[in-house]
Amino acid sequence: MVQVATPKPVFAPWDDPTLAPLIQFKNVTKRFGDFVAIDDMTIDIYEREFFALLGPSGCGKTTMMRMLAGFERPTEGKIFLGGQDIDAIPPNRRSVNMMFQSYALFPHLSVWDNIAFGLRRQKLPKDAISDRVNEMLRLTRLSKFAHRKPHQISGGQRQRVALARSLARAPKLLLLDEPLGALDKKLRQETQFELMDIQEKTGTTFVIVTHDQEEAMTVASRVAVMDEGVMVQVDTPARIYEAPNSVYVADFIGDVNIIEGRATQTDENVHIVWAEGQPNIVGTATDASFGVGDAVHFAIRPEKVSISAEKPADTPNAFEGKILDIAYLGNISTYYVKMPSGQTIKAQTANTRRLSRRDFTWDDSVWVSFTTTAGVCLKG
Amino acid sequence: MRRFALISVPYIWLLALFLVPFLIVIKISLSDTVISIPPYAPTLTFSEGWGGIVAFFKGLDFETFEFLMSDDLYWKAYLSSLKIASIATFMTLLVGYPIAYGMTRAAPEWRPTLLMLVILPFWTSFLIRVYAWMGILGQEGLVNQALLWLGLIDQPLVILNTPTAVYIGIVYTYLPFMILPIYSALEKLDDSLLEAAEDLGCSKLSAFWLVTWPLSRNGIIAGCFLVFIPTLGEFVIPSLLGGSQTLMIGKVLWEEFFSNRDWPVASAVAVILLLILIIPIVLFQRNEQKQREAEG
Ligand SMILES: Nc1ncnc2c1ncn2[C@@H]1O[C@H](COP(=O)(O)OP(=O)(O)OP(=O)(O)O)[C@@H](O)[C@H]1O
Ligand SMILES: [Mg+2]
Repeated sequence: MVQVATPKPVFAPWDDPTLAPLIQFKNVTKRFGDFVAIDDMTIDIYEREFFALLGPSGCGKTTMMRMLAGFERPTEGKIFLGGQDIDAIPPNRRSVNMMFQSYALFPHLSVWDNIAFGLRRQKLPKDAISDRVNEMLRLTRLSKFAHRKPHQISGGQRQRVALARSLARAPKLLLLDEPLGALDKKLRQETQFELMDIQEKTGTTFVIVTHDQEEAMTVASRVAVMDEGVMVQVDTPARIYEAPNSVYVADFIGDVNIIEGRATQTDENVHIVWAEGQPNIVGTATDASFGVGDAVHFAIRPEKVSISAEKPADTPNAFEGKILDIAYLGNISTYYVKMPSGQTIKAQTANTRRLSRRDFTWDDSVWVSFTTTAGVCLKG
Repeated sequence: MRRFALISVPYIWLLALFLVPFLIVIKISLSDTVISIPPYAPTLTFSEGWGGIVAFFKGLDFETFEFLMSDDLYWKAYLSSLKIASIATFMTLLVGYPIAYGMTRAAPEWRPTLLMLVILPFWTSFLIRVYAWMGILGQEGLVNQALLWLGLIDQPLVILNTPTAVYIGIVYTYLPFMILPIYSALEKLDDSLLEAAEDLGCSKLSAFWLVTWPLSRNGIIAGCFLVFIPTLGEFVIPSLLGGSQTLMIGKVLWEEFFSNRDWPVASAVAVILLLILIIPIVLFQRNEQKQREAEG
């Protein structure tokens, strides 16, 4: 996962009790008939945040955005924008712009006119509109296609038009529903940095839906992992990755080994019985506290598991197994090591040497090991 | 070869059912009136050989067309037909658009029923429906009786045999042709486009003007042509509902054929009507083609 170094003073308005949030969801529930799309959601999003919504399809991400934009009204609860209850404010009066998941480009207007559409409604002078549109076209690299109609450009280009159109008005709050999904990796990364740049310059608050965890990790100030209308965890990318609060989050973000067991001894460390004939796993207790006999899910990232031919001496967490499979991914390799008790533990190593000079191969007997602070103990 | 065979089918169809009759009509329009059967001369006979054919072509001339130009009845009838057809088309649009719009806003499970209701009048004869309007609009008709009963008027209104009755008849008869193309254009409209327009600062009304209206334009154009083209030559409605006041070219045509038995003049009237209609028909075709290109 790419993690960009956070700039200068740490940006963490959510830790500052004196700051008022830009967006507040207060016990918001949204039902479609009997179906609960958003379930009693309470959340604060602060100004200048880059807030990423992550979650499986149908978990309510678009619904949440549509409520912010004004196309859906909460069934229960209230939404505040800049301290004001926005329930009665129609979409065209909110200083919010949304990029639609379906793009919703106007088929009868050229790319240029699509982007100018919102600016014209603001009754700006012609020159100002034209400057702004050209700037947006440059930013999204669409200058060449300005006079085409939406059906005459590719899917990725359409996505960029939709992005440009929502950016053009420079709103206080931008809602981007999967803004970069159709772009190739390189263009996606470039656009991500453009977005972060725009955000730095204009101070716009972004709420962005993405299916790409790497994207969420790269751009977001905070990531919200959703499941069935509930925010499971809202935290910085680093904490979401390093300290997931549940097996769901750990499993959803990145690759992970989940080892189920039972706590036997709980001092500053949690000792976990997890397989017959194997030494206990020693892990650090995080937020959750465990009593003796409690079920524990020990989550550890494959890249934090090392693999060696000899038993390492410096950690209690060392287990012998057999290499079941090796997945070669270019820069890294993942080893699937089978324990005598049946579980498979994934270990990842960087491929610093040529493939032919790899140390281990199929069916080799190896030791997997990790430090006591490498994983997290979770309740479920 | 197979493609050629396939394409030739509609062309042969057109040739047999349109071009040949049309050539015959042109031929009659170039002939002279005589009292005989058929009531025009010359007629083409092959029994006299080459000389007969030459004599036949020598017998054709443009006299009837010159006559049409000189008598202002015909020009007035054409102009009046154009005027009535244009106004009626516009009125049909005014009535039809809101209906089509309302249908697309209705709950999806209702739409097939509503479509059925729009097409329902086609299940009874057109002629019967126009006669029914005579009953509704007449001096003793339903409208007058209802208005009298409500006390809104003391004297029955004269509606039948006025242009008003003709407009009512045309709007009623051709309404489905306006509604259906507009409905199909509006139904394709994605609601998220309206949401996007509102998101970008439009009120509901301006979103309608900037998005819904232009995107239904092709349906509007198609509907207008489908109403305008048949209305221009309409005969039944003006003669049954319009009385002697309404001058329409369809009625003139009928009278020339059946009252005056002047087939050459009637044919010439028909030829000119067709020439006038070619312009909107070509425009209509171009619109359809452009639409197909835009969708393809
Ligand atoms: N208008 C509606 N009527 C009924 N159910 C709806 C409506 N809109 C959304 N839903 C339901 O609400 C749930 C959440 O939908 P939403 O569009 O917010 O999902 P999402 O998280 O954006 O998914 P995706 O990642 O696939 O876009 C879905 O189960 C969906 O079927
Ligand atoms: Mg969605």
